[in-house]
Amino acid sequence: MPHDAHDHDGHSELSPIALRVKALESLLVEKGYVDPAALDVLIDTYETKIGPRNGAKVVAKAWTDPAYAKWLKEDATQAIESLGFTGRQGEHMVALFNTPEIHNMVVCTLCSCYPWPVLGLPPVWYKSPPYRSRAVIDPRGVLAEFGVTLPEKTKVSVWDSTAEVRYLVIPMRPANTENLSEEELAGLVNRDSMIGTRLAGRVA
Amino acid sequence: MNGAHDLGGMMGFGPIAAAPSEPVFHEKWEGRMAALVMTVPGDWSIDEDRQACESMHPAKYLKTSYYEHWLHGLETLLKKYTPDSSGRMRPEDIWPALTAYRSYARDVPNPAAFAMGQKVRVKIMNPMTHTRSPRYVRGHVGEVVKIHGAHVFPDSNALCRGENPQWLYTVCFTAKELWNRATDDTVMLDLWEPYLEPV
Amino acid sequence: MMGFGPVKPEINEPVFHAEWERRVLGLTLAMDACGLWNIDILRHTRECFPADVYWSVPYYDLRIEAHIKAMIARGLITEAEILAGRMQAPPKPVKAVLTPEKVGPVLAKGSAYIRATEAKPLFKIGDRVKARNLHPEGHIRLPGYLRGKTGEVVRYHKAHVFPDKNAHGKGENPQHLYAVRFKARDVFGANNDDELQADLFEPYLEAA
Repeated sequence: MPHDAHDHDGHSELSPIALRVKALESLLVEKGYVDPAALDVLIDTYETKIGPRNGAKVVAKAWTDPAYAKWLKEDATQAIESLGFTGRQGEHMVALFNTPEIHNMVVCTLCSCYPWPVLGLPPVWYKSPPYRSRAVIDPRGVLAEFGVTLPEKTKVSVWDSTAEVRYLVIPMRPANTENLSEEELAGLVNRDSMIGTRLAGRVA
Repeated sequence: MNGAHDLGGMMGFGPIAAAPSEPVFHEKWEGRMAALVMTVPGDWSIDEDRQACESMHPAKYLKTSYYEHWLHGLETLLKKYTPDSSGRMRPEDIWPALTAYRSYARDVPNPAAFAMGQKVRVKIMNPMTHTRSPRYVRGHVGEVVKIHGAHVFPDSNALCRGENPQWLYTVCFTAKELWNRATDDTVMLDLWEPYLEPV
Repeated sequence: MMGFGPVKPEINEPVFHAEWERRVLGLTLAMDACGLWNIDILRHTRECFPADVYWSVPYYDLRIEAHIKAMIARGLITEAEILAGRMQAPPKPVKAVLTPEKVGPVLAKGSAYIRATEAKPLFKIGDRVKARNLHPEGHIRLPGYLRGKTGEVVRYHKAHVFPDKNAHGKGENPQHLYAVRFKARDVFGANNDDELQADLFEPYLEAA
């Protein structure tokens, strides 16, 4: 947020938008529509409980359990729900498996649809015009900005989330990880690899 | 509507400022805003909410952040609706509400008009109201690669004209068809039957 | 595009709404006379501003900002000099400086864009043509809403300077220019017989 948006009268350090949201919250609390303690719980839920670690568990399980991977391909909603991840913005899930032949990448050009139960709330760049405008017309240019250069023979397939179907990319398992446990593998699954803008592995 | 939210294929926004990790909320008000939108007991649909966010002036839409769009959406809806305080969520209601399974799929009597593998063209339409058919695919030909069943139809749901469920398809377009680019890359979209016509 | 709100015509609108707008018109036309850029370069410079800036900045703001960009790019001035409001580096040579007595003749002369070309026009009046589905990163004068649409050639304008090359300093590369008529039915899915015309260069078109 802009740093020049601070209140200069010395009474407050809140930006105009922060003040407006605060006023709206006070009003809705006063009218009895919302309970501020419930807001605290909701914020904490998305800050600490529902986030990309959920998706990483799905991916690591798909890497190590062929039967689970098959289930994920056939019915991602059920397969993901079996790990306890379900609900808002993940009602109809599809898993997209990246291979040497095809690299899948997810965007929502119209708003910022994102599979919340497995990835949490979307990062700023995913919601911003540069990504939403370019992912569909210049996916390889976008990937290059994330440091990913794919071989020419790998086909890029971009999924624009126009309906209530949500997409989770299952990145390729990094090489030389045969001896890692499922939990250790989950540690290699960075968030962006599940959107399709990076490869799996530790992000520097 | 052909608003600023319909960004696919636009140029000039510069590089993607991607941080490998970042906080869920960058400022406290963002969290409060997100929580308000998810807890105000309002009788509106996700489609009406999206339509409200899209009604911002295009320049303002692009200059403001995601949660400012949410604020605009909620303020717009609160001008029309009075929330029901008997539906106020308590702290213990949050987890069940966020993790409740809610389907957008509906049963319809009519069969799907298109089959897997069929070529379809996206209709050229320019409604002044909410639609999920982006401008960049209109008039273009793609192939049906998945049939999702019938889902709530946003174009009618956003206008409070009922769910009017319609068959939903994933349609595959080549980058060659959409953008005249000489690659084998593809773009997939989920499109409802009323957006499509046979080729 | 939609969502910009109503058109607000002003009754007895003044030529300029503020003193600085008058200076902008003078400055930009005077600097154009220096002969260091062309109309297409300036258009492209304006179009390169991000959409939120382009859509929210008034006409004269955008004009002067684009000229500033063009002047900085050619080393005529620096951002620091604008902030200081005075010269910090010696001036660069320009082709011409607009003097008061030249203003009348320069405005009266204008600049013609018709050029001779050896190439024969590919299309004639009455031909059905389809606007190509072009998406270049550079400058183009084929509007997005016409790409992929089919219309009819209704006028031939001879060959004109081709903006797509001229905007990038790649020469005038003259191309045949046609007025093409489209049906609102084909372009927007309208339910009436309204039509619209656009002037399109030959490289934008293919036989339908």
